[in-house]
Amino acid sequence: MGEVLLVAAFALTALMATAVVLTRDPVRQAIVLSGYGLSLGVLFVTLQAPDVAMAQLAVGTVMVPLMVMLAVAAIRRHQRKDGP
Amino acid sequence: MNAVRGLRLCLLAAGSLGFAVLFTLAVLDLPPFGGNFHPYGDRAVRASLLRGTPNTVSSVNFDQRSLDTLGEELILVASALGAVVLLRAVRREEEDEPARHHLGPADVFDALRVTGYPLLPVTVLVGVYIVAHGQLSPGGGFQGGVVLGTALHLLYLTGDYPALARIRPVPLFEVGETAAAAVFVVLALAFAGQVIASNVAVGVEVGCAFVLVLAKFFEQALLIRVPA
Amino acid sequence: MAWAAYLVAGWILLAGIYGIVTSRNLVHVVVCLSVAQSATYLLLLSVGFRQGATAPVFSDIRPGRRVVDPVVQAMTLTDVVVGATVTALLLALAVQVAKRRGTVDPDALRTLER
Repeated sequence: MGEVLLVAAFALTALMATAVVLTRDPVRQAIVLSGYGLSLGVLFVTLQAPDVAMAQLAVGTVMVPLMVMLAVAAIRRHQRKDGP
Repeated sequence: MNAVRGLRLCLLAAGSLGFAVLFTLAVLDLPPFGGNFHPYGDRAVRASLLRGTPNTVSSVNFDQRSLDTLGEELILVASALGAVVLLRAVRREEEDEPARHHLGPADVFDALRVTGYPLLPVTVLVGVYIVAHGQLSPGGGFQGGVVLGTALHLLYLTGDYPALARIRPVPLFEVGETAAAAVFVVLALAFAGQVIASNVAVGVEVGCAFVLVLAKFFEQALLIRVPA
Repeated sequence: MAWAAYLVAGWILLAGIYGIVTSRNLVHVVVCLSVAQSATYLLLLSVGFRQGATAPVFSDIRPGRRVVDPVVQAMTLTDVVVGATVTALLLALAVQVAKRRGTVDPDALRTLER
């Protein structure tokens, strides 16, 4: 049982990491990144690391995606309309 | 431009191939995954139990490797400070009043309001619990700090940015962050092994750093305008 | 396949670097860098894992029980938290670039001066 969980968690994490990289639009990427943070949290729990999972859940699913969204919103106001 | 991009991809392919080969060779020489050979871990567990800290991760962080943690702590302070400085309002920019960003009931789902407000005190309480019980159960300053730092932003989900701006006066959090960092430096250098006190200092520091950085990002995204 | 866990970490690192090299947006670069960094979490925790062991917290288990390696967990923990603030610093730099240059496409930023 533990084996199956570990294999599933590792596979999910690898899949989500690839999905984050291949999502080119930063706003969508923030959402996928949030899912990747969640899958990392699940993997850490299956690896018997509750301390790390706790920090990862708060940082990876809330903090970093929120910062990415806010940075995109801030950048949109400064982008040149005509393009470089 | 396309030639440059093609060259770049070729370079990446060559580098990745080399890395993949070397990394695989290196990994095959590691002890197998899930094996029983953990000399450092066994010693750390013994030392931690000898010092009476049941959560060995906290013990490693604040007792056995507290000098390393001090270094990482200073990286955290430095990068949070850098982000805050980079995101300040520069001369030709103007700031909006936070009150202009209060959304009416029509703009936010009722479900978000109903869950957002009651969850705030619960989340803060959980954060404090995680910091305070760090030496006994999974948790500690770093984990509790990030929970506390993100908890306040539940208010933003309810559409009430002015309330969020009111409960996090930026100067207070700046003072809190630097004071907690100073306390942790003293703890790590002079009183290493005070796990509970270190947890509290790190919790306050991480929480303040996250709130500050997010506050600056919110200012950039919502309030700052460039006059035409 | 006892080494597959380590290879997943290598795959994630390479995926992140691929994203950085082919990116057209500085925010995307920063996110890909944080993905590449997360490979270190996987590698560290995989090295510390032990089959059939529990988490290294002794408040409700007897001393002498087999536990996973707490040293790598402590390293990963600080890595996660410090990494988030470094990501914040890099995103702040991206915002500054947008302010000064009006674009966040790395290919459009060929020279340092306009």
